[in-house]
Amino acid sequence: MAGGYKYFEAIEKNAALLGILTLVMVSLGGLSEITPLFVEANTVSPPPGVKPYDPLRLAGKDIYVREGCYLCHSQMIRALRAETQRYGQFSVAGESAYDRPFQWGSKRTGPDLARVGGKYSDDWQRRHLLDPRAFVPDSNMPAYPWLAGAKLDGDDIMARMRALRTLGNPYTDDDIAAAPKAVGGKTELDALVAYLQGLGVANEPKSGTKPIAPEPAR
Amino acid sequence: MRPEETYNDQIVRLFLLAAAVWGIVGMAIGVYAAAEMAWPSLNLGVPWLTFSRIRPDHTFGVIFAFGGSALMGTCYYVVQRTGHTRLAFGGLANFTFWGWQLGCILAMATMPFGLTQSKEYAEPEWFIDIAIAVVWVAFAIVFFGTIARRRIRHIYVANWYYGAFIIAIGLLHIVNNIALPVSWTKSYPVYAGSVDAMVQWWYGHNAVAFFLTAGFLGMMYYFVPRQAKQPLWSYRFSIVNFWALISVYMWAGPHHLLYTALPDWVQSVGMAFSLILLMPSWGSAANGLLTFNGSWHLLRTDPAAKFMVTALVFYAASTFEGSMMAIKTVNALSHYTEWTVAHVHHGALGWVAMITIGSLYAMAPRALGQPAMHSRAAMELHFWLHTIGVLLYIIAMWIAGVTQGLMWRATSPDGSLTYPFIDSLIAIKGWYAVRWFGGVLILCGMVVMAWNLWHTAAAARARLIKPIPVPIPEPEPHQVPTPLPAYG
Repeated sequence: MAGGYKYFEAIEKNAALLGILTLVMVSLGGLSEITPLFVEANTVSPPPGVKPYDPLRLAGKDIYVREGCYLCHSQMIRALRAETQRYGQFSVAGESAYDRPFQWGSKRTGPDLARVGGKYSDDWQRRHLLDPRAFVPDSNMPAYPWLAGAKLDGDDIMARMRALRTLGNPYTDDDIAAAPKAVGGKTELDALVAYLQGLGVANEPKSGTKPIAPEPAR
Repeated sequence: MRPEETYNDQIVRLFLLAAAVWGIVGMAIGVYAAAEMAWPSLNLGVPWLTFSRIRPDHTFGVIFAFGGSALMGTCYYVVQRTGHTRLAFGGLANFTFWGWQLGCILAMATMPFGLTQSKEYAEPEWFIDIAIAVVWVAFAIVFFGTIARRRIRHIYVANWYYGAFIIAIGLLHIVNNIALPVSWTKSYPVYAGSVDAMVQWWYGHNAVAFFLTAGFLGMMYYFVPRQAKQPLWSYRFSIVNFWALISVYMWAGPHHLLYTALPDWVQSVGMAFSLILLMPSWGSAANGLLTFNGSWHLLRTDPAAKFMVTALVFYAASTFEGSMMAIKTVNALSHYTEWTVAHVHHGALGWVAMITIGSLYAMAPRALGQPAMHSRAAMELHFWLHTIGVLLYIIAMWIAGVTQGLMWRATSPDGSLTYPFIDSLIAIKGWYAVRWFGGVLILCGMVVMAWNLWHTAAAARARLIKPIPVPIPEPEPHQVPTPLPAYG
């Protein structure tokens, strides 16, 4: 073997050295890309107009997560003409400032939902969730009839809000105390519809450009 | 006279069995999920059979249960033979087996009931994540403990990949899953919004890099020279590729988030590194393929070699595809479509599954004390079922994905969008059925493999196999890496 190799041979015969060097090499990429985002996220407060989820919509978001909606629907309108034309103004980071976990998604078996709020009536959303093919005969979306029968639990929502407050969401004691009343008697279906109807509406940053006239997602 | 030391192949056999079973389970769930996309009423109104609830079971089942069992089994096999030593900490090794199986069962039993963190490939809830982390640390102790007591001073390159896989997956798993539990069934991640997205795809991409690539390259670097009966084409080249691969891969995550609300510079860095990544990827594939120089005739007689060569070709093809898809303009079309699904399965079924199957066919007879697998015809059948199934699957999803991408962006002369969303779904429904059929073929192949392994293991079940003694090597003061120690 050529001369320089003997230095490298030391690595190949020393497991600890090999392991440490491996750890260094695999750490560089993540540190370089994630650290700046952390710093940025911790210095910049969420944009004005974007508030943490109210209790009903929080419950709805967690149902969205539980049912796995993110596997077929994205919530991230890319800055591409065809997308803004179909779904509305492209998404900005501030809109998902309170999304734990983020729901940008990776696949569109169905359309993007980042600005679905207000595009359909509550009643349409409700009935569509219960039986999608009654409205869109060719849809392959599953029906979610069990949501209609399940009642929300106020104590559970309070616990969730407290956990989120620990993580930094600015909920006041009054916000949390009001949760049982806000979700009292409501079903999971109500919560999910409230969440969907808030998407792109309740989390829209106040500053920034207004949407280009959005076409309804057909 | 020291007592004779033998290889611990008991643990290898357990993982082999687990891999065969999880392969069938994970892929069967995949076939069912694929059927639901074509025929949506197949969930029969049952919540836990619904596509959106079982899809994580499919991905977890094939990646972590099937792939994980195969990786841990082959890792234990390889590290003993390349170090000429018995596996360290036998009890802890058994713990890694039972712990891993329990973790997989827990994860797959809870996710269909809505216990999910919704982070792709990291869905299991916090208490399962902790269990997985504990097992992983035990796995690292067994692996590095065995490395520490090796009798061959030089650490063979396959072990580097296994080592990097263990270190990186531990790091990724822990960082991505840091969460605050609300109750046993619910937790919130400490990251939110775009930071969470970046952390998740740093994890998601590198789960591909270190679970589905580095680990399986470790498998490749041992079993390919072994099966080709040739030394590795270039040992030096494998070193260059190792350092390039592990350092570059970690930067490529942002290509999952192009044109999103992630800062532009991160996207560009991610794209650039994804393109650079093509070089170590092709380097590794070339090194494996060229190792078959002088042994190409094996393709006529040895189905295991056939699986390996095809796997390497799929590896080269899918990494090329991946680098191309990371180019922003290509990604603008491909992202969110079935093309992504085609690419994932191009890599997972073409590369990962085939190198695993090839390695299992190479390892099983040795670990089970047999001269060869029970049926060569069954191996041949499996090869063709799998290959045709994969081709049907990825071609169907390529066509579907490009169709979706083109229809979503098509505009009429007046500037308005040509197609409503539903038209793009109607246009690809037939391809969903073709994909499902491809999946059925692949699943049938896995059943054939399980049958074949079961019969090969007859002697092992009857406890008729003799443990293989560890060869005690002559001391070599100036060891030059001469691949490959082909013992046992």
